[in-house]
Amino acid sequence: MAAPLRIKRQLPFGPWLFAAPGLLVTGAFVLYPFGSTLANSFTDRRTLVPGHFVGLANFRELLHDEMFWTGLRNSVLYILGVVPALVVLPLLLALLVRKNIPGITFFRSVFYTPVVASIVVVGLIWVWLLDERGLVNSLLESVGIGRIGFLSDQWLLLLSAMAVTVWKGLGYYMIIYMAALANVPRELHEAAAVDGAGPVRRFLSVTVPAVRSTMVLVAALSSVAAFKVFSEVYLMAGPSGGPAGEDTTLVMLVQRTGTGLTGRVGYACALSVVVFAVTVVLMLLVLRADRREES
Amino acid sequence: MSVLEKVRPGRPATAVAREPRVTDEHGRRVRAGELVWRYLLLLAVLALTVGPFLWQLSTSLKGPTEDIYGSPPRFLPGHPTLHNYARVADTIPVWDYALNSLKVAAANVVTNCAGSALAGYALARLRYRGRRVTTLVFVLAMLVPVEGIVIAQFTTMRELGLNNTLIGVVLPGAIGAMNVLLMRNAFRNLPYEIEEAAYVDGANVWQRFLRVALPSVKGTLAVVAIFAFMGAWDDFLWPLIVLSDPSKFTLTIGLNYLHGTFANDERLVAAGTVIAVAPLIALFACLQRYFFRGVGEGAVKG
Repeated sequence: MAAPLRIKRQLPFGPWLFAAPGLLVTGAFVLYPFGSTLANSFTDRRTLVPGHFVGLANFRELLHDEMFWTGLRNSVLYILGVVPALVVLPLLLALLVRKNIPGITFFRSVFYTPVVASIVVVGLIWVWLLDERGLVNSLLESVGIGRIGFLSDQWLLLLSAMAVTVWKGLGYYMIIYMAALANVPRELHEAAAVDGAGPVRRFLSVTVPAVRSTMVLVAALSSVAAFKVFSEVYLMAGPSGGPAGEDTTLVMLVQRTGTGLTGRVGYACALSVVVFAVTVVLMLLVLRADRREES
Repeated sequence: MSVLEKVRPGRPATAVAREPRVTDEHGRRVRAGELVWRYLLLLAVLALTVGPFLWQLSTSLKGPTEDIYGSPPRFLPGHPTLHNYARVADTIPVWDYALNSLKVAAANVVTNCAGSALAGYALARLRYRGRRVTTLVFVLAMLVPVEGIVIAQFTTMRELGLNNTLIGVVLPGAIGAMNVLLMRNAFRNLPYEIEEAAYVDGANVWQRFLRVALPSVKGTLAVVAIFAFMGAWDDFLWPLIVLSDPSKFTLTIGLNYLHGTFANDERLVAAGTVIAVAPLIALFACLQRYFFRGVGEGAVKG
């Protein structure tokens, strides 16, 4: 066939009219705020007070702000706690629901349900489950372990929030893995089985290498999401971030610092710049790890 | 995502074997022993996934005199009652909040479908100077993490006088860059010849878009619609920042408020969460395949 026709019969500015609504929204509510975040991070702007240029003062203040280091620590810990679980567990789950045995579509759908539910609903469900007098503690007591203060200890709280993130994310990454597993040639498995490799061996030397690039994708997606964690910790630890604010994450700090009538917009924007920079670095790190393993 | 959609019957209609024969996706038989541990594991995961939802439902149905803290716990309400649902409506205007959430979600669906279809069509099919720059704008916008710009979005909304309004809740996500790119890819995958034929028949750009191209990408449009609805209904951080007046709250913010203010009344909070989650579970039950397709097409959404 000939090259695509040159389409002349169109209104003047037609293409721009098509793209205009999208460009307008993206420009006004994503790109402009992004630029203004960068610009404001060098000012002492407050919610009701237009700011002045203060150079790097906000960033210098960050270095001495204990709350900032607490937030950074918690967000990094969140990556370390959540990402390995979200790379491995959904893969195992995908293997479990892969065979088309009777009723399997029901199981697949139900395993996805936590993804559909709002994080607020999920957070509140677990706040009640892990409550001092909640179901988990009732069960623990009735088997003789005794009650555990999941939501009152600084570290247990963070761990519980991580568990909730993993619980909510399992189904989502399971679906991603299922698509990847569908492309693993069956002959590889059969050959390995003939050679006498057991299920564990076959998983490690056939399945894992075959879905390696998907594992990298999942690691990238889940680490970026984990670093930006807000809702789970906000709901479980409360707006002030648990005992003495020790469970505050970086995005919680951004929200707490920058909103309200006395919000320190400039300083919150400097914190946002850090969130953004770490996100970019994380993506680059994961991509680089991927390339290095390939070569 | 054909993996999910194809379900082979456990027993092929032609087989008249006495012993039930269960086969896997390659038509090979699954051994009985393997089947048993597979179902055991499936049931264990099922309990972990559904259990928390059911416990919440059960709590919401327990009457004021029933012990909800007992050990060992009582899983079923002794005298199921809807009393807590009436009480939650007395405590916070929960139905108004649900209506606000519905308004926000519906608006988000309309703007995302219309805006991303239009822009996606321009990027995929129309020739004009600046098309590459436009594409780049959407790619860059997709990479900006929302959490990094919420404060500036909030100040932008204040400058526009739209803070503390439902329009302010909708606007930042009204036309997601991700959705624009999804629609662009869908349009690009259509064969060009059909539109050429319509062009030769004298159809102008609007007619080609509305009558020829758009009906062919209904599947992707459905994915955009569903994820726009779910995203708006479930969103927490942005409405929390932009809304301050309790009469404007959406359901998620209202629940957070309920939890913060009446934290000791677990039955009440449970009833509130059930109200918030039920519509989405119903939607998911009806439109599953689009939810799964959405994960496949937009694996970068999270």
